[in-house]
Amino acid sequence: MAEVVLDQVNKVYPNGFHAIVDLNLEIADGEFLVLVGPSGCGKSTALRMVAGLEDISSGELRIGDRLVNDVHPKDRDIAMVFQNYALYPHMTVAENIGFALKLAKVPKEEINDRVRKAAATLDLAEQLDRKPGQLSGGQRQRVAMGRAIVRQPKAFLMDEPLSNLDAKLRVQMRAEIATLQRDLGVTTVYVTHDQVEAMTMGDRVAVLKRGYLQQVDTPQNLYDSPDNVFVAGFIGSPSMNLMNATLGGTADAPTITFGSHTLAVDRSVLSVRPALASYFGQRVVVGLRPEDLEDASVQTGAPEDRILVVRTALMESLGSEIILHFPVDAEPYSIMEAEFEGDDAITAVPNDEGHFNYVARVSPRSAARIGETVGLVVDTGRFHFFDPTSGLAIRD
Amino acid sequence: MSTADTTIVADDLVAPAASRAIPKKKVKAGEPMGTSVGAALSSPLGRAMVYGLMVLWTVPTFGILVSSIRPETDVKTSGWWNWFVSPAFTTDNYKRVLSSSPGNDNLWHFFLNSLQITVPAVILSVGIGLLAAYAFSWMKFKGRDWLFVAVVGLLMVPLQMALIPLLQLFTGGAHFTIPGTTFTLTLIPYFHLKSSIYAVWIAHTCFGLPFCIFILKNFVSSLPREIIEAAQVDGAGHATVFFRLIVPLSVPAIASLTIFQFMYIWNDYLIGKIFAGTANIPVTAKLAEVTGTRGQSWHLLTASGMVSMVLPLAVFFALQRFFVRGLLAGSVKG
Repeated sequence: MAEVVLDQVNKVYPNGFHAIVDLNLEIADGEFLVLVGPSGCGKSTALRMVAGLEDISSGELRIGDRLVNDVHPKDRDIAMVFQNYALYPHMTVAENIGFALKLAKVPKEEINDRVRKAAATLDLAEQLDRKPGQLSGGQRQRVAMGRAIVRQPKAFLMDEPLSNLDAKLRVQMRAEIATLQRDLGVTTVYVTHDQVEAMTMGDRVAVLKRGYLQQVDTPQNLYDSPDNVFVAGFIGSPSMNLMNATLGGTADAPTITFGSHTLAVDRSVLSVRPALASYFGQRVVVGLRPEDLEDASVQTGAPEDRILVVRTALMESLGSEIILHFPVDAEPYSIMEAEFEGDDAITAVPNDEGHFNYVARVSPRSAARIGETVGLVVDTGRFHFFDPTSGLAIRD
Repeated sequence: MSTADTTIVADDLVAPAASRAIPKKKVKAGEPMGTSVGAALSSPLGRAMVYGLMVLWTVPTFGILVSSIRPETDVKTSGWWNWFVSPAFTTDNYKRVLSSSPGNDNLWHFFLNSLQITVPAVILSVGIGLLAAYAFSWMKFKGRDWLFVAVVGLLMVPLQMALIPLLQLFTGGAHFTIPGTTFTLTLIPYFHLKSSIYAVWIAHTCFGLPFCIFILKNFVSSLPREIIEAAQVDGAGHATVFFRLIVPLSVPAIASLTIFQFMYIWNDYLIGKIFAGTANIPVTAKLAEVTGTRGQSWHLLTASGMVSMVLPLAVFFALQRFFVRGLLAGSVKG
């Protein structure tokens, strides 16, 4: 067990592609750190550099107090769980789990003991004599975990270990891995593109985009105060509504205007963000989480200047809540199109009237109907503000 | 027999990934692998053609088998198919070719010669080939790809071209006199390889290696990268990865290639005849002598032919099952 430190780490591929740029991360002893980001953001590359499977172009990597830049993976004393498990197909489950111990010349009886203990922890005791080919996906995943936990290494590295499991198993294993890690207290770096995994499992979450570290913080802090517009849009599902707006009014009665709508802004928003004072009369990017909107027929008594009157375009009823899509004539902040690639691309397409869809998460008791007008109470103390040019959060 | 069966072997060698994708269903000899080809061949007409070809292909071998058990006079007076009309059975031909008493051919001795040549040469070429395949696939070193291209290029060097230089090497080593001086550099000393079985091993290994490396590299480089990386993280160096992972996982490719190399070296005449020396010549070279100087003993040739065929057949059937075994099942998702 040890801390893992990345100091100004860069990865440049021979073809010139700069996969990781000046990455600084300090992962404390026993911490569970999740690396998250859209595909191609460099999170797997970063993990593979910690494992020693990729060379480090520049910068320093320390595990414990040892500089390990040029240390072969076999000498780093780390355990890794791969996305596709990478089990040794010709060995039994017991041999798979005990392989590292055998190579470390641990006495046979001790290997047997530790393998059996790990298997019991992972509910694999019945499978020890089977080959990986005879196991289900979930069991293979457990064997891959077993191979890691049997060793008591300095650090666990996990590269999207749950992405090949079906949804139900994934939720179950998510909890099991998190519990296991807490019990063992081994420093863990966990790579995922699934923000639910990131939020639920990590002590801290590091968000990456195109090789640049965006923000490292606890899941709640990431959610509550994103450093920039990318983190704001990436963390949270459905995503935060981000639109181009203008800050108006006075310091005593600030307002925010987007499209044809103008809403009052709670004064507390300004007092915690002194820097916002200089943006009066200027363009800002305003962010509003879907759950900070509520149907006015459910939350009655809100003042007029805090209600957004819109027409419902689509309703997704999830039982516990309703996801309500509504068009507004305000242009969304278009960073999402540029920053996501491939599967993650979110392209804002205006409807026939040139309006863009935004999302609210309202109570299931909402009386809203598709195509009808609905008033949405805005929690005006929960606005997020970002600079439209830099994309950074406006705070102090 | 060999051509019809080895087509499958070739498929397995060249496309290990494709053959692994095929479910664990046992592929019988003669059963096609490609789906469109498979559909065409499983039609009644296609089936008839396949069986027709199979019969056509087997008839000469069968004729030799029948001839080998006919008495000398019968062989020399009528065709082998007459055996069905007037069957007469004798083991005299086999007795004579296998007997070591003077005047007989003592084929058993040459059979053992062939074995002494073939087994080590196969082990050397496949073994060194697998090591090279691992290096070309999974070790990072400068000029790796160019070196591989060069090795593959060697496939085009005909064996005959190297006979004289090799013979010179084996009978005197390699020396180089610097032009304009009398100073001679010895590049390779004389190792007393004249008329020795080691010379045959070396020649077969050297000329077999490019093919072995090419085939095995295709297979070894298609093994999942993660398995090797997982082993590295588990504490394995190159030697461990090679012996604990590459060797066991490459068994299907090793088996197929072993059959190829075995057939090739066992059936070789030229290298054995030239380098081995009279006492060490393989069974193939002996076969040419069996018929006698005027061809008077050609009834013995059939029996000799059958004897020399036994081992390649045994090797083929012993290793055949490895071709179709999906050894990688369950290692990675899929």
